[in-house]
Amino acid sequence: MLALAVSLSLLLSLILYALMGGADFGGGMWDLLASGPRATRQRKAIAEAIAPIWEANHVWLILVVVVLFTGFPAGFSAMMTALNIPVTAMLIGIVLRGSAFIFRTYDSRLPAVQRHWSSVFGLASFFTPFLQGVILGALATGRIRVANSLVQTGFFAGWLTPFALACGAFATCLFAFLAATYLTLDTEGQADLQNDFRQRALWSGSALVPVAAVVFFAARQGAPEMFFGLTRWWAPLLLGATGLCAAGAFAALLWRRFILARVAAVGVVTLILAGWSLAQYPNLITPDVTVTTARAPEATLRLLVLALAAGALLLLPALAFLFHLFKGHRRRRGVDHR
Amino acid sequence: MSDFFFARSQMAISLAFHIVFAALGIGMPLLMVLAEGAWLRTGQPVYLELSQRWAKCTAILFAVGAVSGTVLSFELGLLWPGFMAAAGAIIGMPFSLEGFAFFSEAIFIGVYLYGRDRLTPWLHWLAGLAVAASGILSGIFVVTANAWMNVPTGFAFSAGRFTGIDPVAAMLNPASLHEALHMTLAAFVATGFAVAAVHAFFLRRNPASLFHRRALGLALAVGCASIPLQIASGDFSARAVGRLQPAKLAAMEAHYRTRAEAPLLIGGIPDDATRTTRYALTIPSGLSLLLASDPSARVAGLEEIPRRDWPDVRVVHWSFDFMVLSGFALLAMAGWSGWVWWRQGRLADHPRLLRALVAAGPLGFVAIEAGWVVTEAGRQPWIVYNVMRTADAVTPMPGIAIPFAVFTALYVFLAWMVFALLKRQFLETAATESPPPSA
Repeated sequence: MLALAVSLSLLLSLILYALMGGADFGGGMWDLLASGPRATRQRKAIAEAIAPIWEANHVWLILVVVVLFTGFPAGFSAMMTALNIPVTAMLIGIVLRGSAFIFRTYDSRLPAVQRHWSSVFGLASFFTPFLQGVILGALATGRIRVANSLVQTGFFAGWLTPFALACGAFATCLFAFLAATYLTLDTEGQADLQNDFRQRALWSGSALVPVAAVVFFAARQGAPEMFFGLTRWWAPLLLGATGLCAAGAFAALLWRRFILARVAAVGVVTLILAGWSLAQYPNLITPDVTVTTARAPEATLRLLVLALAAGALLLLPALAFLFHLFKGHRRRRGVDHR
Repeated sequence: MSDFFFARSQMAISLAFHIVFAALGIGMPLLMVLAEGAWLRTGQPVYLELSQRWAKCTAILFAVGAVSGTVLSFELGLLWPGFMAAAGAIIGMPFSLEGFAFFSEAIFIGVYLYGRDRLTPWLHWLAGLAVAASGILSGIFVVTANAWMNVPTGFAFSAGRFTGIDPVAAMLNPASLHEALHMTLAAFVATGFAVAAVHAFFLRRNPASLFHRRALGLALAVGCASIPLQIASGDFSARAVGRLQPAKLAAMEAHYRTRAEAPLLIGGIPDDATRTTRYALTIPSGLSLLLASDPSARVAGLEEIPRRDWPDVRVVHWSFDFMVLSGFALLAMAGWSGWVWWRQGRLADHPRLLRALVAAGPLGFVAIEAGWVVTEAGRQPWIVYNVMRTADAVTPMPGIAIPFAVFTALYVFLAWMVFALLKRQFLETAATESPPPSA
């Protein structure tokens, strides 16, 4: 029970990280890809949308790691051993993305300097979520073998497979789509910019479909247990719901119902991660490390669940206030931001 | 050189880099809140300008501290998987709580930095206060985890596994109080004197600047108020270490032989082979007096401990002396500043004091770095004191020299950029500033 509760909070933190932190990475991608006569204004809109909230959004990742190593210490240490290389590379991406963004904000306004930081920010925003996808994918491949809490398969197993790489590409597209959809609302009142992001959301959303298909078919060979999971009884329901959300997001974008588009995009990401975790459960690292074999003693799990509940009670209102302050106002006063 | 060496070096570099930002992340929000509070109380625009400048610095420092802290939380597993597999369930608790404190810091720093025109001044000030309070809390939680590695409690250990885990008892281990107190005060001391040095530097160029005068006053007040408390907490910590980790204390004091009337050795060259320390400044019975308040007290030396469990005595002893020396130099600066302020009322009109303050600026951070070398190197060869050896916890991953080199280069670059950007924030003349008088 306790292990299940901790697993659920882990999943919830991961979903929230994808919805918030992931969208910030997507914003970085669109910063790098900003083009056309409105490129500067696109960059400005992205920066304004993420500046007040990206630090808080990033903390979901810290929460994921901390819950993982407190609740499932053996799983964490096996992951960090087997996936040492991609995790290290992802950390370099996180450092470069965060510092480039803040340096750009406080460095000289000269276009050359700004462009320089923008490129670092943008490239790291592609690189980091790609590796995050690869890491999650690698855990499902079944290629990482663990015995007596020791990783048996070296440091290259799993994450270089086509399946893991496809997961990386999928995460990248997903965050780009999410960010562009969010940005249609953040640019309310600036019809031309809003349309730019609407088109970007439609393109990246269209790219998502074939990439998802590649992930699905790569799973047959590359992550057989997960593929089997995706063919269980609940899978059609979940896939159907995900497809419905995706179609809804597309339709809403086409008809310029941007609030609906945001809700549907959130639904897509949530369902994908929920489905992924259902297919993965109870494995942390398929097939040898499960939430049962890797879990911490009961005393720790009980306290962790208590701490998570108390933390949620204290922090969720604060977080809601942050978003209300910057996202609520922006919508009502969108015109002021022209 | 071995992968173990590089793993330790990478951890050391990451901590040495992060701790500067962590300490500033505790100290800067306090300064920013004090300045804004002074503005709310007096209505003087110079304080508003000051809180805004300091807030910009806080934003830069916080962002870099957040990413380097993220790196550290992963590095626990990337470099020390053996430690995390065994101890994650114990020290995960303070890290989870730290996660929440950090979350609240990140939320309110967003509110504070971007919400100035969306909140009433008092609410805005409260958001700043929340940043400062969460910064202090998150520092305390992380230090608690470190304290457990030094004085592990709340478990039984058999056959390489921790059993009977009690995370609360582990968090409330006997080292938590003195470590948390000493680190929090260190953050205030180091930030106060470093920021004072920056403004003293600008005052030497432009003595009339009201902006820099007010800034110097506030920052120095924080530094000067904290340093006497810090010296007292240092004494408290040393006595606790003597009780809880005799090997570490003996290495700090380069004290090899158990004896009564133990002298205090300052500096010198400790020699493990002969178990003597040559050329040290010796204060007879000093150590006995400091530890037990009794000049004839017996103090256990390193010889009581098996040779293979000794830390590197030279590194620990010299770092300890560096830390104490920096602390006392800052205490002297505080005394001098207090004297000048009492006699003349104006610190900024005293050029010799300003020059000394600039020179003393880095000392708080020297003390922090040296102090962490004492804590961490002094715990060796253990990762969990007397329970698990550092060498048994290291990752099997080969080629650690590569990430070590990459992160070192990255951090050198970031440090240089942060320095350049902080300089920018003060080089633009303050808006409330009248141009320097021409006469």
